Amino acid sequence: MSRSLKIAYATLVYLFLYLPLVVMVVYSFNASRFSMQWKGFTLHWYDTLIHDASLIQAALHSLAIAAVSATVACFIGTVTALAIHRWRFVGRKVIHAVLFVMMMSPDIVIGISLLVLFMTLSLPLGFWTLLMAHVTLCVPFVAITVHGRLQGFDPHVVEAARDLGAGEYEVWRHIVLPMTMPAVLAGWFMSFTLSLDDVIIAFFTTGPTFEVLPLRIYSMVRLGLKPEINALCAAMILITAVAVVTTQGLLKERK
Amino acid sequence: MKDSRFFRRVVVTAILAWMVLFAFGPNLLVLLASFGHSRGAAFVEPGLSLHNYLRLLEPAYGRILLSSLWLAGGVTIICLVCGYPFAAILARTRPPWRNWLLLLVVIPFWTNSLVRTYAMIAILNANGIANRLLLAAGLIQAPLPMMYSDGAVLVGLIYALLPFMVLPLYAALERLDQRFVEAARDLGATPVKTFVRIIVPLTMPGIVSGCMLVFLPALGMFYVTDVLGGAKGMLLGNFIRDQFLTSRDWPFGSAASVAMTVVMGFMLLLYWKSNTRLSRREWT
Repeated sequence: MSRSLKIAYATLVYLFLYLPLVVMVVYSFNASRFSMQWKGFTLHWYDTLIHDASLIQAALHSLAIAAVSATVACFIGTVTALAIHRWRFVGRKVIHAVLFVMMMSPDIVIGISLLVLFMTLSLPLGFWTLLMAHVTLCVPFVAITVHGRLQGFDPHVVEAARDLGAGEYEVWRHIVLPMTMPAVLAGWFMSFTLSLDDVIIAFFTTGPTFEVLPLRIYSMVRLGLKPEINALCAAMILITAVAVVTTQGLLKERK
Repeated sequence: MKDSRFFRRVVVTAILAWMVLFAFGPNLLVLLASFGHSRGAAFVEPGLSLHNYLRLLEPAYGRILLSSLWLAGGVTIICLVCGYPFAAILARTRPPWRNWLLLLVVIPFWTNSLVRTYAMIAILNANGIANRLLLAAGLIQAPLPMMYSDGAVLVGLIYALLPFMVLPLYAALERLDQRFVEAARDLGATPVKTFVRIIVPLTMPGIVSGCMLVFLPALGMFYVTDVLGGAKGMLLGNFIRDQFLTSRDWPFGSAASVAMTVVMGFMLLLYWKSNTRLSRREWT
């Protein structure tokens, strides 16, 4: 391919990826309610969002679930990654394979299987079930990110610590954890975004007592275009972009 | 030393217990439910029959299954054909530029797909951007009804899933050793032959994982048809959701979900095969 053809093709793909988002963000500032015509700049739709108490409630629920599930998933995922990296035990390969399969599983399969589990245990759907579901969703991503980072390690550092008399706990606390921290933090932001963006799993595993933002958007969006939804979606994109840039920055440090 | 062995055992047991509870357990329950019978609302009577799977093959349901597989296949092929050259261009761009271009793919990758699907409405609407561009170009006389059609669902799925194809392809193409390509050229292979015999086999794991990350969600993303396709179009995902939440026929919905898991298993097998084939080649 010639150079200009390459640039043209890449531009076309980026246009396809970004044009709808740009149009949506631009229209979130449009003063006209009903038409696609530009009627002037306004922040009115964002103002409406801020004053919608139940929407704010859903947003807070989402942020809480995302933060808590990211933290729990980081803990479980990091411990899992460290275990399969450092120890040789029966079932190690199985754990590794299961993590990969879980990561590839379609959301709808995860969602309904957890719904069946929660119903079998007769747990009421709400905060706790959604939390467990999102932890399940995020753990494989954290574990695989952290494990990837561990693979790039110099094993001699750990051996040196051992020779100097460090026990298992000291090795973990003072050597392995500090070295894996950037990957763990990247895993946290990844989990945070995953949880914040999830529609399908939340659809099956939360109840009417605990509404989250993506489900709120889902019920609004089915009614078609509305400037308030444009504003809400623009805000969601901004949050995601910030989280992504942070994650990428953290992961790049290793090079 | 005794201490650390105890610590180790506790940790490993905890991880395995977690996996049994949240990964094996739920899927086993779905599998069991798929062999059972539906009795009243949200209730599964245990059983050992295949009738739910046979029902999936009945014309009324088989049609949904087939059209969903057909649509997902189309989405996957279009994403692969459009995404491959794009990923190749990205992989061959020089570093400072490349990181920024890659970031522009990673952002939509992580952005809520529902939000992105919704953004597509403003493009496909009767007075949306696509129609206005076509009208301005004089290609059409009146706005085309693009929304609420299979085409809209197809475009929406491609839009939502293209980044999921591009990133694994990029990873594979970036790792591709250019010396193999040069060697093939030097030995007189045509560009087409080099592509088919060298580049495609070497990037096969990326191709398969990209296809997996597009095909499986394309079967399940029920909100895309809700937002862009109206009530007419139906994916396997819409079907499963309706069985669980509307018809309350959990065993039937479970059978559909198991069918989807089987498709995933098949694709994972392909992935592992292409991966081991590649690593064996590297060592010999």
